[in-house]
Amino acid sequence: MDTTRRRLIMLLPAAAVAWKYVLAGTPEEAPNYEMTEHWWAMLIDVTKCIGCGSCVRACAQENDVPEGYFRTWIERYHVSDWKIERPDVESPDGGKEGFPANEVGDGKYFFIPKMCNHCADSPCTQVCPVGATFVTPDGVVLVDKTYCVGCRYCIQACPYGCRFLNPKTNTADKCTLCYHRITKGLTTACCEVCPTGARQLADLKNPKDPIHEFLKTHTVQVLKPQMATGAKVFYNGMDGSVR
Amino acid sequence: MYKDIEHLVRLAAVMLIVLAAFVILRTAIVPKSFGQYGHFRGAAIAEIAAKPIVHAGHHACETCHTDIVDKKRTGKHVVVACEACHGALANHADDPSIQPAKLDTAVLCARCHEANSAKPKWFPQVATADHSGGLACDTCHQPHTPKIEAEKTAAAGGKP
Repeated sequence: MDTTRRRLIMLLPAAAVAWKYVLAGTPEEAPNYEMTEHWWAMLIDVTKCIGCGSCVRACAQENDVPEGYFRTWIERYHVSDWKIERPDVESPDGGKEGFPANEVGDGKYFFIPKMCNHCADSPCTQVCPVGATFVTPDGVVLVDKTYCVGCRYCIQACPYGCRFLNPKTNTADKCTLCYHRITKGLTTACCEVCPTGARQLADLKNPKDPIHEFLKTHTVQVLKPQMATGAKVFYNGMDGSVR
Repeated sequence: MYKDIEHLVRLAAVMLIVLAAFVILRTAIVPKSFGQYGHFRGAAIAEIAAKPIVHAGHHACETCHTDIVDKKRTGKHVVVACEACHGALANHADDPSIQPAKLDTAVLCARCHEANSAKPKWFPQVATADHSGGLACDTCHQPHTPKIEAEKTAAAGGKP
């Protein structure tokens, strides 16, 4: 009798551990990034952009962007005194090596960095005939290159000219908002290297993100708001002449 | 009444076979994760997220190079991340025996600080040709703490 009771008591801890596993079910794999807890956006402070091209170079390195193609680029605007509605825009090699000194005319000059606007209602994903491009649950527009047939509809549909056909893969290519970085707690390559902080990655679902304070205290706008694309790249201090 | 039903049965059989073939082919061809989050292949998200990182990020640099962090803190370049000048160095962060390339201050400094009418007025700019007379920037300026050191200015011939 004694031995049976002892054996039973000795078995109890093992049974308790086993029962805990039964209750817990199968352990989840790497639950540190939850897509539904984020809604990604970008803040571009035009008043801070110096046109150095660091973002363009970093993007090309980080994402292996082919020479002559750009996932992000910088434009130099010249809005002359009388031709406000027709600004002169240039972007030599996407601004990758900065901008050469220019002849200074009347009016004003400024830099505008551009990239995919990661639209919430993006025209590019709506026209894809095969479901190769999509908006992720955390608000990033991505391309599934194993599914893309290279029909170029999305390239035509994007009102911001942010897409290109990658000559290596012959599939549509674009900014991924460095999805491989932001899902691991890093910022995008362009934001990482921006020396003046003109670019800031923002998580609109994170109440502690400094973008909320910025949006409250500044007047920001998006590119081509009349197209109702739900663009999520917010520009501060941008001139109305920017297209 | 059902005298000529045989051809209807044949037709139904053919249609059934076609339908079965369609269903079988569709389940075989459409990826498992298609439709998981929407009209796309759900597994693509994880595939894109699995791409290797190329820029380590300044937090990775700062865990080892604490002396540079302290030095930068005293100057205006504290806001500039390491890889903005030194380039993408995730491979160096993973394996410190891989040494980063030597930098050319004549190219790097000018990229940001060369005067340009489109740059915001608050940003410090120089016309390098007039400013240094061909001297390398780091003769006078130390890139981590760019404010000029008096003794270096004297050594370079007194020109600020």
